[in-house]
This record gives sequence, C-alpha cells and structure tokens, in this order.
Amino acid sequence: MSEVEQPVVFSLRGVRYVYSGRHVALDGIDLDIRQGEQVVLLGANGSGKSTLLKLLDGIIGPTAGTMRALGRDVAAVAAGEDAFHFHREVGLVFQDPDIQLFSATVLDDVAFGPLQLGLPPEEVARCCTQALAAMGIEGLAQRAPFELSGGEKKRAAIASVLSLEPSVLLLDEPTASLDPRTKWVLVNLIRDLAAEGRTLVTATHELDIVPIIADRVVVLGEERRVLADGAPDDVLNDRDLLIRANLIHEHLHEHGRIRHVHAHETGDDHHAPGAPALLREVV
Amino acid sequence: MTQSAAPQPAAKPGKREGRIGWLEQTLGGITGSIEHAVFTEQHARGAGFLQEIDPRAKLGMFLAVVLAASLTGSLAVLAALYAVTLVAARASHVPFAFFVRRVWLGIPFFAGIVVIPALFLVPGPRLFELPLGPVQVAPSAPGIIGAVIFVARVGVSVSLAVLLVMTTPWADILKSLRLLRVPQVFVLVLSMTYRYIFLFLHTANGVLLARKSRMVAHTSGREQRRFIGGTMGNLVSRAFMMSNDVYAAMMARGFTGEVRVYTTYRLTARDVLVLTAALAVAATAVIAGRFVS
Repeated sequence: MSEVEQPVVFSLRGVRYVYSGRHVALDGIDLDIRQGEQVVLLGANGSGKSTLLKLLDGIIGPTAGTMRALGRDVAAVAAGEDAFHFHREVGLVFQDPDIQLFSATVLDDVAFGPLQLGLPPEEVARCCTQALAAMGIEGLAQRAPFELSGGEKKRAAIASVLSLEPSVLLLDEPTASLDPRTKWVLVNLIRDLAAEGRTLVTATHELDIVPIIADRVVVLGEERRVLADGAPDDVLNDRDLLIRANLIHEHLHEHGRIRHVHAHETGDDHHAPGAPALLREVV
Repeated sequence: MTQSAAPQPAAKPGKREGRIGWLEQTLGGITGSIEHAVFTEQHARGAGFLQEIDPRAKLGMFLAVVLAASLTGSLAVLAALYAVTLVAARASHVPFAFFVRRVWLGIPFFAGIVVIPALFLVPGPRLFELPLGPVQVAPSAPGIIGAVIFVARVGVSVSLAVLLVMTTPWADILKSLRLLRVPQVFVLVLSMTYRYIFLFLHTANGVLLARKSRMVAHTSGREQRRFIGGTMGNLVSRAFMMSNDVYAAMMARGFTGEVRVYTTYRLTARDVLVLTAALAVAATAVIAGRFVS
C-alpha cells in the first residue's frame, strides 16, 4: 500500500489560534497528516510550532476553523470529551523537560500516564520497563529529575510519553540545548521510534536533523501560516523559502579583497567545522 | 588599550569591604541547599542496613521509636534509644560526624530557648539564686532535670528524623505517608512541591549570579530591596506560568483530576522482622521509662 493511501490522522482546515484574544499564534492552517508519516514542522521561533503541536495533542482547541484528529473533533477533546482515550493514542513531549517531568522520580513520571489509564500494576510495570529501555535510561529510574543532565532529562521526558505506547508521537524541539553528541544520540533514538511505524511530528528549527528524521517537511512562516509542504530535499534546497521563513540568513563580509555572501542557519557559526555546506555560497 | 584606559573601580571600597554580602549569603545558601539535597538523595539510594528496608516499614519503625521517646521520662532510656539510633546510623553508612553535628549543633539552642521558663517555674528545691536587679531568679532541680530530658527527647526525635531522610529517598517517604492514610492528592502535591522547589532554587541562583556578574560597586539597601522584590515577583510570575504548562503536560498524559500514585514496594520477611524488633524496642522503652529514672 502506498503512503498516500494511509488513513488521515490529523486534518486541519482554516485553523486559527489566538492567545488571550489578541496574539495570533496560527492563522489559516490547512494540513493533513497521514498514519505512519514522519513530519517535521520547520519554523523560526514564534512561528507557532509549539501551539500547533498542542492543538494536535488536543490539549487546546482551535479558536477558528475545523480540526479532526483520529476521527475526533479536537475542540471536543480539548473540552475533555474522550480525552482519556485520545491521549493514549497521541503523546506530546514538551520542549522544556522540566515541565514534562513533574514527579519526584523518573519512574514516577514514566508511570504517570499508564496509571492515569487505570492499567493494572503489572501492565504499568511492563510499560515503564519498555519505555525506559527504549530510551536507554533504565539506570535513572529512581533518580530525581533535578539530578539529571539536559540530555538525560530529554530522554526521560520522551520515555514518560512512550510508556503510554502512543501510535502518534509529537516532539517539540527534542534536540534543543543539547551538546552535539547527545543531540545525535537522541536523533538516532527518534529515528528508531519512527522505524517502529509510529506517526511522528517533530517541531524544530534545526535544519541538520531534518533529512534524518523526516520524510515530509511543513514550513511555518513568521506570518503563522504554512509556507511550504514537501519532501525534505525540496524544502532544504529552496534557499529563498528558508530565508523567508527565517531559518537561514545571509550576510556579506570580506576576506581581504574577496567578498563573500554567506547563507547559514540562523544562530549557527558558518565557520565552524561541520557547518552545512549546502547553505553557503560564494560570489 | 593603554594602561590609563583600564577600567577603574566604580566606587571606593568602603568599610564593608571583606564582609560577606547578602548576595553571597543567599547564593551560598541556595547552592548549599541543592548540594545537600543531592548528597542526601544519593546517600539514601546507597547501600546500607536501613536503605534496604521497605520505606513503609521504615516509617513505621521510626514513628514507633519517636513515639516511645516522646512518652518516656527517663534520661537513661533516652540515652539508650539514642545509642540504638547511632548504631543504626553506623550500619547504614551515614557519615557519623555529619549526622551527630547536624542534630546537636542546633537542638540545644532552639530546644533550650523553649525550656528556659520551665527552669525557673517548675517548683522544687532551688540550686542557687541569681540576682537580676530587684528580682531574684532561681532554677529548680526538677526544672533542670525536666529541661535536660526535654532537650534529649528532641535530640533523639530529630536524630531519628534525620536518619530517616538520610536513608530514604524523599519520593519514598512521601509515598509511605499513604500508610498514615494521607490522601493521594496531598502525596502528589508534596512530591511536586519537592520536585519544583529545586528548579526554582536553580532559577533564583541564576538570577542572583547574573546580578553579581554585573555588579561593579556596592549597592544601597534600597536598591537591594528593590531587586529582591523584583526577583520575588519574577519568580512568582514564572511559577504561575509554569504551573499552567505543567497542568497541560499532566492532561496530555491522561490526567483527569483523579490522582494515582505508583508504588512498587514489597514487604519482605526481613522488613517485618525489623519492624517487629523496632516495635519491641519502642514498647520496652516506654515500659522501662516507668521504672528507670
């Protein structure tokens, strides 16, 4: 069966979300996400990625437009209708692991979801063991979150959602603020999760991880609308699009008598070893 | 940059130079609290006699012995209970000097203040008289004995509490409160409070360090108070915003208002044996207290 024929998991039509009646976070989003897709939501800070993930997770409802997830009306889920079962299917990993890890130990956090589902103790233990093993943090189960490093917290946060065994996983900036080694360990773990057939929606502005974890990229612009939707190669090679989305920027500078125009990831050091070559240009 | 262009101190060091300011004190206090908590948690998860006992049994043991210490009026029995506590601490690899110092550096002072009036108000033969202006105060022998017993009782109880904390992770202590029929919602709120207090200590530490890194001169008391007020407001605001996010994170994992706490405890024969022994010690102490002075 081709991917196009997979059932639609999320369907958004003209979705708008406004915070406090004033601040527009998303405006006119049309989007379909199918089962088993690995989608990256690419956008600069403030483009509405996190808000879109919260909408997909049904913890907030759209201000306007229609939105269905797993056949349910998201506005109704956000109001509490069938939220109990919905959250077993759709799991959201928040950007800040200190928000995700609210219990006194890692194990308590990982067990929180299965306990809320009312699973029997043996089943809770099995879910926890599997989730901790999937993230390679069995040894941290009894540790307090404040004792963990940034990378360990991120893994524990993902494990706390994996224990619910969701078929859809939403990840908000999973590699933000991590050192390079930890970042790539986590990217590999995310790739493993995708290989298990889950639908994966990852919000990020880090271009270098996109080809590894995505088979589709949705670019959100600073106008809080979808700027582009396509294959990773097509999006990453569209330099004008990336500049418009504030994902790369250009500047002119001189090396002696030679003038260069560099385009590189916003915030990245383009002179650093390993900086993405495809984003450089010399004139 | 020439030598003359080098930055100069913005203000002359005054007579306060060399004194530890409130900023350093606060930073030191916060850092100390975090380090202490990390040390305690690590030690509680280490190897040792008490660490290996089920936390519910341990809580029962400690409560029984604290109750016995509260009910006995015998200094000898209190000394015996303290000796048992020291042996248990030794068997649990609790740093001995740290354990003794932590309890006895503060207890005589704070408990002593509480019992000072009793020294003079309890009737009985007066040992000596102290002239205080027109008033003569005279401590009585029963008053002094009562004060010593009171301080010893507080010392034993606090030693037991410290030993419990040093040998049991906080998460386990809080969950064990269910044994005392404490509602699950309180256990959850307490554990979240414990969890987030360190996050806010870290945040406060960061704010204070950021201020310290930009300070080039002494600031007036008024400026310091304004800064403290602003920092407190900022932290409360952050805590409020974070509480909304944490609630969203709980809802995202199926929280519907009904609290469920995860426990994996299993009471073994060894736990029951140790609990029974502790109950026997407590009962013996109460009975012996009636016969031994």
